[in-house]
Formats: sequence, structure tokens, C-alpha cells
Amino acid sequence: MSSGAKFNSGLDKFNRVRTGTNVVFHLIFIVLALICLIPVLVVLSISLTSEDSIRESGYHLFPTAFSGDAYRYIAEQGTMITKALGISVLVTALGTVLGVMLTTSMGYVLSRPNYKLKGLLTWIVFIPMVFNGGLVSSYYINSNLLGLKDTVWSLILPLAVSSFNVIICKTFFRSTIPDALIESAEIDGSSQLRIYFSIVLPISLPVLATIGLFLCFAYWNDWFQSMLYIDNQSLYSLQALLNSLMTNVDALAKNASSMGISYAELVATMPKESARMAVAMVIIVPVAVAYPFFQKYFISGLTVGAVKG
Amino acid sequence: MDKKSGQRRLRTRWRTQDTELTFLALPTTIWYILFCFLPMFGLIIAFKDFKIHGGFLSNVINSDWTGFKNFEFLFKSNDAWVVIRNTLGYNLIFIVLSIAVPVTLALMIGQLHSGKAGKIYQTLMFLPYFLSWVVVSAIVWAFLSFDKGIANQFLNVLGNDPVNWYMEPKYWPYFLVFMNVWKGLGYGMVVYLATIAGIDSTYYEAAVIDGASKWQQARFITLPLMKLVIVMMFILAVGRIFYTDFGLFFQVPRDSNSLFNVATTIDVLVYKQLKSATLGMASASAFLQSVLGCVTILIANWVVRVVDRESAMM
Repeated sequence: MSSGAKFNSGLDKFNRVRTGTNVVFHLIFIVLALICLIPVLVVLSISLTSEDSIRESGYHLFPTAFSGDAYRYIAEQGTMITKALGISVLVTALGTVLGVMLTTSMGYVLSRPNYKLKGLLTWIVFIPMVFNGGLVSSYYINSNLLGLKDTVWSLILPLAVSSFNVIICKTFFRSTIPDALIESAEIDGSSQLRIYFSIVLPISLPVLATIGLFLCFAYWNDWFQSMLYIDNQSLYSLQALLNSLMTNVDALAKNASSMGISYAELVATMPKESARMAVAMVIIVPVAVAYPFFQKYFISGLTVGAVKG
Repeated sequence: MDKKSGQRRLRTRWRTQDTELTFLALPTTIWYILFCFLPMFGLIIAFKDFKIHGGFLSNVINSDWTGFKNFEFLFKSNDAWVVIRNTLGYNLIFIVLSIAVPVTLALMIGQLHSGKAGKIYQTLMFLPYFLSWVVVSAIVWAFLSFDKGIANQFLNVLGNDPVNWYMEPKYWPYFLVFMNVWKGLGYGMVVYLATIAGIDSTYYEAAVIDGASKWQQARFITLPLMKLVIVMMFILAVGRIFYTDFGLFFQVPRDSNSLFNVATTIDVLVYKQLKSATLGMASASAFLQSVLGCVTILIANWVVRVVDRESAMM
């Protein structure tokens, strides 16, 4: 719906709230939008404030003494941060690809009306939606039995599939892929794998995008798996790094002491407070830049899930 | 009808297509077995004297049965009741607000004369949804830190004494409720806006011709047509009443001990018990949450099916 066309007809022009009400509504939404935006701007402002100014007068909505030290520090000496960025990117990319494969293949199989094991697999997908093993036994199975503790896989595998996403896929395939298309390919002698990879997937880009985005944001924003399974600091993602910086702001200096300066010296001179918020900005910026463009895929996924979940 | 077609399907032979489809579904099925079904069997450690060292399976099999001892310990500690109270209390408030606020805003945003402005507001209000709780925790810290926080500077300008926010339980119920609404606003509006967009515009045209005001249109056309979706969202939320957002209750209060009574929910307690290696209690709490959660979700789903068959999960 284009915004210009909204009130074109005479009836719509007549049927709208009074100008006064309109102004009040605008004010309410402006306030709400600012409440959602300002916190992020505060983080940006702190990351751009000089360390001395923060020590003297605290955090401010606008930088009191502007300084790019935090970002310069990250670029020059933040081995820990670049490493964490690498882990975050790796986990997000690998997890999204793996998750999309696992989710869509299951969704497709469940969407085939004549498949013999459909009933069994439907239960396998459904039961975890209502019942789960809980945190304690999941933790011990993942870390002890499956040996995922302190590996990158502990950040990837447990989040790869969700029944909610599988059902979105199933609903999509069921409603958009005509049975006749599959049947004609079967008559031509194609195997189901070939049909899935060369016919179904290429015409299902919208649902791939939706599931991919869900997974992408979930992996990028995940800190819980790191908190549970990762003790080794070289496997910290950005979220895990920020999490540890929130409890101990000096942690940033730990790995940097190899650069020739002593640890104590570094702790005393580095821009700690602003660097911490700069790490937060490194997490926020890609997400904040990306989501307005991908919103519509998100929304389509959410509404399918809510209506048909 | 479903049953009949199922019986007819049973009688047909197993075809190569079925083998191929099974092959296609195999990786995901293995994933489900490893990450969903194995932990379900692991739940029995709640009834055992489970030790941390050694292999998981041999431990589960060899450890002694303790019956309901773990549960007795859990309920003898005061924590259990405080935590259940918090979980249910916060969830009740969240359920009401997570429906009332987005529905009201969804009704309002459609009335703005400029659709473009509406889109911009909606996009901005969606921003918090995409931030992780760790980032939100850093944001809250920027406001509430005792010596550097913006809130205390503001109090200072007004001539008031600074408040040690992370030590004062009385403010936190409001903070937590606010953060929950703030983060879920954009997400909540999506579903309701989609419902409103699906309403046939001829209803409104007829109403205008009959002289209905904007308020009457919302009251007598939009809301009644949204009723089903609102009821569904309500029931589904009630079904998850024993689950809370771990990040909200663990990250935002920064694990402050002074806030234990107002900010600890079942999920947080299970995590803390797990990390402090009081495994018996942790597994008992997790078991209770899984079972109670399952019962409420099934009841909710049953109610959904009565209200509207199409929307039920199964």
C-alpha cells in the first residue's frame, strides 16, 4: 500500500481523525520512537566520549568531550575484539546456512501429503514445542555426552532448528508449491532429492530469506550459549565479550599485554568505559543498519507463525 | 477426515519416494533426537543422586534413586516460593500489557494522516526487538550506574540525592515491566497490524455512510474483528506462564544479590543452581518447569482448538 494513495478517494478523505487528534497521535508516536532510539544513541555517545570526561562527569546523552580513542584502540590493539568479531561472523554464517538446510528440508518433507512417515515426523517436530528436557539435562547432554563444551559447535548446533521455523516452512511449501509440479517431475524420473534441490528451493526464496534472517539475528544476538558452554576466552563471540566486560571492564586489557606494554600500564591508560560501549556499537550497528531493509521478511514470517503456528 | 486418509495411506506400499524423503529428513531428525529427545530422558536425574564427574550416561544409570528428595529440598528453601510468585506475577502483568499496549498502538498508528510517518515510527519502535539482552543490559547500566549513570545526574540537577539503583528492590518491578514492554513493542504490533490490514474496507465504508465516528468504527468494527487474534495471543501467552525471558531477569538486574526477591524467576533460579552445582535442586526445578509448562501449554492449545480449530497447533 503506497502512502500517497491512502487518502485519495473522497470517502477516505472524509473518514479520518480530526487534525487535532492526528497531531496528538503524532506526538505520542514521536515520544515512543525516541524512547526506542535514544538508548542506542546514548551508547554511541559514551563510545565517542573521552575517558577522562567519563571518569570526571559520568555518562551523558551527548559527548561532553568528543574522542575517537575507543575505536582507535579497538582498531589498533583490540586483538580480543577482532577475534570475537571473527567468531561472531563465523557462527552467524555457518549457523544460518546449516539451520536453513535443516529447517527447510524437514519443512519440505512434512509438506508432502503422501509421505509414509509424515505422521511420525510431525510428532517429532511437535512434541518439543510443548515439552522439553529443561536446562539442566540439556546442559549435561550437550557438554558431556556430545562433547560440545568449549567448541564453536556449542554455539551453532543447539540453535540450528526450531519447530516454529519448520512449521513456517511447511506452511509455505504446502501453500505455494503446486502438487502438479512435483508430480510431473516424479513422472520424468527425478529423485526427491533432485526435485527438492533443483525445483523446490529455487522457487522458495522468500521463505529461505525469512528463515535465514530469523537465524541470522538469533545467532548474532546469542550470548546464552556462550555463557553456558564457553570458558575459553579465545572462543568468545562479541556478545560473550561484552557480557564479560559488563562484569569486569578491565578484561579488555588481558590479551593486549603481549603488545609490549605491561598489563598494569595498559589498564591505567586504555579507554575502558568508552571501549566497552564501542564493543556494544560494533554489535548494534550491523543489526540496526540491516533490519529496516529486511523487516518485511521478518513480518511475513512472524504473521505466518502467529496465524498458523 | 484426517483419520480416513491416514488409513488409506497405510494400505499403500512403501515407495522409493518415501525412502528418498526419509533420507532428506534424516539430518534434521537426528538433530531432534540429540538436542530435544535425549534431554527429555535426561529429566530423570531429578529423581536421582546425580554426580557431575564421569560420563553422563553411566552417571545417569549408576546413580542412586532418591525419589522426591530433591523436590523436598527445593520446597524447604524459601527460594522456590519467591521464584514461583515472581514468575507467575510478572507473566500476568506481561500478558495484559503485551496485548493492551500493542493493540492500542496498532489501532492508533493506522489513523495517522501520513502513512509514511506511521511506517517510520513502526520501524523505530522495532529497533529494541533486535538488540540482545547483553546490549540492553549495557544500555540500562548507562542510565542506572551509581556514580556515572544518567539517571543520577538528572537527580543531581534536580537537587536530589543519588540512588543506588542496583541495590533498591522497590524500583525494579517497574523497571522490568518497562523493559519488557519496550523490547516487545515492535514485535507485538506486527501481528495486530497484519490483522487490521486484512479487514475488508467495505465494512468501514458502510459504517461511514451510516454516520459512524472513527471511535465507533474502532469500537464496533476493528476490535470485534481482532477479537479472535487477541484471544489466541492471550491463550498462547497463558500457556507459557511458567517460562520467562531469561535475559530480561538475568542480564538487566546484573545478577545483583539485593534484587534476588524481585528479579529471580524459575529460569534464573535453575541457571544459578546449575552454576553453583546444587544439581539435585536444579534438576528438580527444571523438571517442575518442564512438566508444569507442558500441562499449561496443552491446556491452552486445547482451549485454542475449542475457540478456533484452524489456529490450534495440532
